[in-house]
Amino acid sequence: MVKPTLVSNSIRSHREAAGLTQAELARAIGVTRQTLIAIEQQKYSPTLELAFQIARAFGVGIDDLFQYPEVSR
Amino acid sequence: MVYEERNAWTGLVVSVLAVAVYVVMVLRSAGGGPLSDVDWLPLMLWTIGLSIAVTIVASILWGIVAGRTDPDGAGRSDIRDRDISRMGARVEQAFVVIAGLGVIALCAVGADVFWIANTMFAGFAVSAVAGGIARVIAYRRGLV
Repeated sequence: MVKPTLVSNSIRSHREAAGLTQAELARAIGVTRQTLIAIEQQKYSPTLELAFQIARAFGVGIDDLFQYPEVSR
Repeated sequence: MVYEERNAWTGLVVSVLAVAVYVVMVLRSAGGGPLSDVDWLPLMLWTIGLSIAVTIVASILWGIVAGRTDPDGAGRSDIRDRDISRMGARVEQAFVVIAGLGVIALCAVGADVFWIANTMFAGFAVSAVAGGIARVIAYRRGLV
């Protein structure tokens, strides 16, 4: 079993709020629909560049879209 | 299924079949005698050549079929495909290195050329299968 990433995201809720299908958003950011599905399901951590592209597609900041839990040291 | 995932599946299946066919052919050629007497070179070259050809043809045919249902994604690849490809290549590299060390060891002890060549061939075969499995798992289970 692949260890899930600690980075979570709210791409799906943003996408649905924007009325976009997975195919439409995938096309807008230049990836395949399967890649977008993998990102939404947290099975693939996007590169920083791709994360910025997704955030820009919604007109939000990267922090609004991706969350990383506070880690106690 | 995206273009590169189809290629990963095709490569994996063809690699497994090619190794199986090669092993059976060598064992049949040996006929119970010593393996080092087998004329392995033509068998190996045919196996390599045919597996490359079958992989290309199968990828094209599968691409044509997939293109009918998903014309947009039939031949596309993206950053995730490249990440998975790099991960698969790292897995493959480990086995090729192990086989290379095995070849050096066999040369050092003066082993028959049959064992030297087939150790390297086995390294390539295992690396292709292991890399293919790693890629397919990454596509199915995720890569984080």
